[in-house]
Amino acid sequence: MTILVGIKRAVDYNVRIRVKSDGSGVETDGVKMSINPFDEIALEEALRLKEAGKTDEVVVVSIGSNDVQQQLRTGLAMGADRAIQVDTADELQPLTVARIFKALAERENAQIVFLGKQAIDDDGNQVGQMTAALWGRPQATFASKVEVDDGTATVTREVDAGLETIEIDLPAVITSDLRLNEPRFVKLPDIMKAKRKPLDVVSLDELGGHAGNAPEAGHHAPPAPRGGGIMVADTSALVAELKNRGLV
Amino acid sequence: MSKILILAEHDGATLNPGTAKAVSCARAIAEHGGADIDVLVLGDNVDAVAAEAAAINGVSTVLATSAPHLAAPLAANHGPELAAAADGYTHVLAPSSTYGKDVLPHAAALLGVNAVSDVMAVDGARQFKRPIYAGNAIVDVTVPEGLMIAGTSRSASWPAAGDGGSATVQAREAASAPAAHTRYVGVEGSGGDRPDLQTANVVISGGRALGSAEAFDIVYQLADQLGAAVGASRAAVDAGYVPNDMQVGQTGKIIAPDLYFAFGISGAIQHLTGIKDAGTIVAVNKDADAPIFEVADIGLVGDLFSVIPELEQQLS
Repeated sequence: MTILVGIKRAVDYNVRIRVKSDGSGVETDGVKMSINPFDEIALEEALRLKEAGKTDEVVVVSIGSNDVQQQLRTGLAMGADRAIQVDTADELQPLTVARIFKALAERENAQIVFLGKQAIDDDGNQVGQMTAALWGRPQATFASKVEVDDGTATVTREVDAGLETIEIDLPAVITSDLRLNEPRFVKLPDIMKAKRKPLDVVSLDELGGHAGNAPEAGHHAPPAPRGGGIMVADTSALVAELKNRGLV
Repeated sequence: MSKILILAEHDGATLNPGTAKAVSCARAIAEHGGADIDVLVLGDNVDAVAAEAAAINGVSTVLATSAPHLAAPLAANHGPELAAAADGYTHVLAPSSTYGKDVLPHAAALLGVNAVSDVMAVDGARQFKRPIYAGNAIVDVTVPEGLMIAGTSRSASWPAAGDGGSATVQAREAASAPAAHTRYVGVEGSGGDRPDLQTANVVISGGRALGSAEAFDIVYQLADQLGAAVGASRAAVDAGYVPNDMQVGQTGKIIAPDLYFAFGISGAIQHLTGIKDAGTIVAVNKDADAPIFEVADIGLVGDLFSVIPELEQQLS
């Protein structure tokens, strides 16, 4: 069986984000780009499933211009068998991305489409759910534990109330939460090997094109700062201040 | 005029406050040309929850849909049901909880639209503000004319709409077929009797400086004295001091209590994102240079192991 893993090229999570002074977006020039951390967790889980003999191959997919080949090569170095770049220069909305994953899942006869629960740039948290809906297959979002067994998967999900467990028939969409695993580090020999692994480029039109009618992003602004805080000397002063403000 | 449908969140017995917060978001939309606000309750035997929803100020009609396959909060069943119920509405909203985020995008895809995640402010019937990059940027989003608007309302940004409403409760037949491919096994909570982290007025959080799971007891004691919920930083969760569902921050829970205590939390950006809508932030940390003091309203440089017992004593 095949597992498709979506990996998005996103601003590295260690980068301090700055909004452009003209409000047109966020500064990305010269900024370090990486695999979206939640996607990296999804890829790690797929690789572990392969190592446990639960799947034959792991295919990494990224959508974007040739820049995304960098992240695809990293994915191959981590252990993915092959890569697919869906070539487009446009920034796509979740519904279009979901259509792409559905089309690829059908083309590749994938048993699991594994994605991060959200990308840390747009924080949308939509693509997995939308892919499952369009595909008409189960969705297990926010996964913190995944067990695959003969055509089904048992998934523990991190929900507000605690840990929820569901059982799903494959094929299905699973999205990873933070604590599913800790992704492996890439070793130098693996980077060399990754250069020889296959990387296919397909056009967006081949997979159904744009869904259209997307919400338009306008002005960007930094968040309103908090300010005006005070320091107190000791616990008594803290209690006095809390009482003074009517908080206790 | 807008016609807004809100997906209610509940546990089968009581309504989650995220629902009344979503009603506030809907009322902000209503300020731009008016709106009818309806609430959809999905479950099995939802009469009590529907009655609660009908009491929220500003709601016109509560649509109560009971069916055995809707008993568990599965997106595989609730998503298609929400999409079916959305016919004729201009807006479909859900709280931005794990439930809302699971179900709403599923329904949006079936309706052929993108969703607007985490609506934090309303500038027009089709214009919203939402946070991106972990709250480090706020973007204006406009949904083109002629499209249904699907969105989640960021619970920390909206006050709960008050009681005193008297909406009509209408029974609505389920329109979706049960999804056989997804089965609910159960949920294990770790909360106990303390207030819910996301809706508590007072939250007390501990960080890595606590040093062990046992040491967290002093945080629980102070919380119980103040009737507060208990949270933790990602470092404390990663260190295994407390369960995952107590994590406050961008990758955990985003909260907006009236009063927030941070004990031994340095203030990583991802934690600050989760608390910046709190009314008053109190920070206690040994390190005077900890970033938490940049956002704290009241800061105290000190050892939490002496400050917490002192607080307990002086507040009793």
